[in-house]
Amino acid sequence: MKKKILSYIFYLLVLGNSANALVEVDITRGNLEPLPIAISPLYIEPGSIEITQDGKIIKNIGEEISKVIETNFKRSGLFNPLNKDSFVQNPDIAHIKPRFEDWRLIKAQALVTGKVTVTKDKLRAEFRLWDVVAAKEMVALAFSTTPNNWRRVAHIISDKIYKRLTGEDGYFDTRIIYVSETGEKTQRFKKLAIMDQDGANLKYLTLGNELVLTPRFSPRNQLVTYLSYFRNLPRVYLLDIETGVQEVVGDFPGMTFAPRFSPDGEKIIMSFAQNGNSEIYTMNLKTRVVEKITDHTSIDTSPSYSPDGKYICFNSDRSGLQQIYVMRSDGSNTKRITFGKGLYGTPVWSPRGDLIAFTKVHKGRFYIGVMRPDGSGERLLTENFYQEAPSWSPNGRVLIFYRETKTNNKGKGFSTKLWSIDLTGYNERLIETETDGSDPSWSGLLSK
Amino acid sequence: MINTANLKRILIVVFASIALTACASSKKSGKMQGDVYTGTDTIEYLATGVADRVFFASNKSILTTAARDTLRKQAAWMRKKSKLTFAIEGHADERGTREYNLALGERRANAAKDYLMTYGIAGNRLSVISYGKERPVNSGSTPLAWSQNRRSVTVKAN
Repeated sequence: MKKKILSYIFYLLVLGNSANALVEVDITRGNLEPLPIAISPLYIEPGSIEITQDGKIIKNIGEEISKVIETNFKRSGLFNPLNKDSFVQNPDIAHIKPRFEDWRLIKAQALVTGKVTVTKDKLRAEFRLWDVVAAKEMVALAFSTTPNNWRRVAHIISDKIYKRLTGEDGYFDTRIIYVSETGEKTQRFKKLAIMDQDGANLKYLTLGNELVLTPRFSPRNQLVTYLSYFRNLPRVYLLDIETGVQEVVGDFPGMTFAPRFSPDGEKIIMSFAQNGNSEIYTMNLKTRVVEKITDHTSIDTSPSYSPDGKYICFNSDRSGLQQIYVMRSDGSNTKRITFGKGLYGTPVWSPRGDLIAFTKVHKGRFYIGVMRPDGSGERLLTENFYQEAPSWSPNGRVLIFYRETKTNNKGKGFSTKLWSIDLTGYNERLIETETDGSDPSWSGLLSK
Repeated sequence: MINTANLKRILIVVFASIALTACASSKKSGKMQGDVYTGTDTIEYLATGVADRVFFASNKSILTTAARDTLRKQAAWMRKKSKLTFAIEGHADERGTREYNLALGERRANAAKDYLMTYGIAGNRLSVISYGKERPVNSGSTPLAWSQNRRSVTVKAN
């Protein structure tokens, strides 16, 4: 992913008037009636050239872009993209002036139209979002990029529409880093893998020669921190996914693990295990200053900062069994927040700050849930044989996690897959991956 | 003369002890005591009679009587092989979160290391590595498989 940042973004028109807009999506509740939306294929401006990608010619780039948007919306659970066969207006004419009564006839409440122009080294896409019910334009924008970067344009358009209709930032122009798993359960090969949030553009970042675990994105940039058993020394590493450069984080005389970035991306917080005791440490990536945050004879691990950087949640077995605690970021004022039945682990603070997601183990079942940072309002979203390690979408609306299956009495049938679920507890979805996958981590929005 | 009240008490004690025995034997089902593995199926040997591994209860790193016995045998053998160094690998079962299990494996391996040191093995001959739940010996999803996977294993390092 070499610097294929959009070269420029400019606004054509912003005619949307939220006071009069009739079309709105409420994302705070489980959405049982997704908004019917018609996504017209973008029409291709005459004179455009064809895009060749991976040795194949893309026949209709306008349709491909609209398909990516459609898939994003379908998977969000909030929208119901209508079947294109029922569309009665040609894409080019619809983009200039939709016949709203025709779109109303197929029950569309919102309509997306667009135009794409491709030259040798530039792709320009513009789109308009129309409120079919109120018969007016809500937003119109255009983006330019390099032609082979067309999927990102589709994701950015998706985010703009999501934001206009829900009032919140989207999460489509993002990537997922995870651990790809193959081989027998007793000797798994694990590689770092990265893909767009919709599964496209899969790349493997390590070869599988050493065990790798728990990759986590910086919320700010294209750095990743993870645990590698390189030379059989389990240590936290830092990887720049643009350059491929990696380095060990700090110089600890024992295992470091459970790394995450601070919200400003400047520190890594992690556990360091020595003489049977795991404590939480931070290291500033610029100054290299290392600080010890916890000091207790129990296991203290899985730390995660609040988005304002003032607090840290973590899990500890200082009460005897694994529970979740919150402390100030200097390690003071530690308070246990989980008092329900069972064990609690892997706390991770929502980017919105209002919730902590966690894994709960009770009576041999595993749950992904959320609670407020003071431990109140516990809500379990999903139950299974084994699942853990939730990671938030950058808008704090969706959680991605992994789920392992039980093996049969011959020890066969093991698999581990990535899943996502909305904060509402609805819209649970399998995330397709080429191999088995675990330990997913969601990036921030690539373009803000 | 036997007092009937006393007889009743005696009978209660007898029944109670029968019940307790039944309870204890039901807990030792097959190759587990409580949830600690007591069998030998997965064990390898560093030397004749010197088992390479010890087993733990769920979420625990306390050494059982059997584990201490095994480690004393390891220590006795290690004292004779003074040029050898060892790595102690700590492991957990698949029923815990990954990161906690890494810490737990480290704590288990250190419990074994500390015990070996109290029996005269120098700390610089013993390194420790945790694999958490990453390297099970039994790929099953049963309490027996999990008990075999909760272990620390002593392996020759040189």
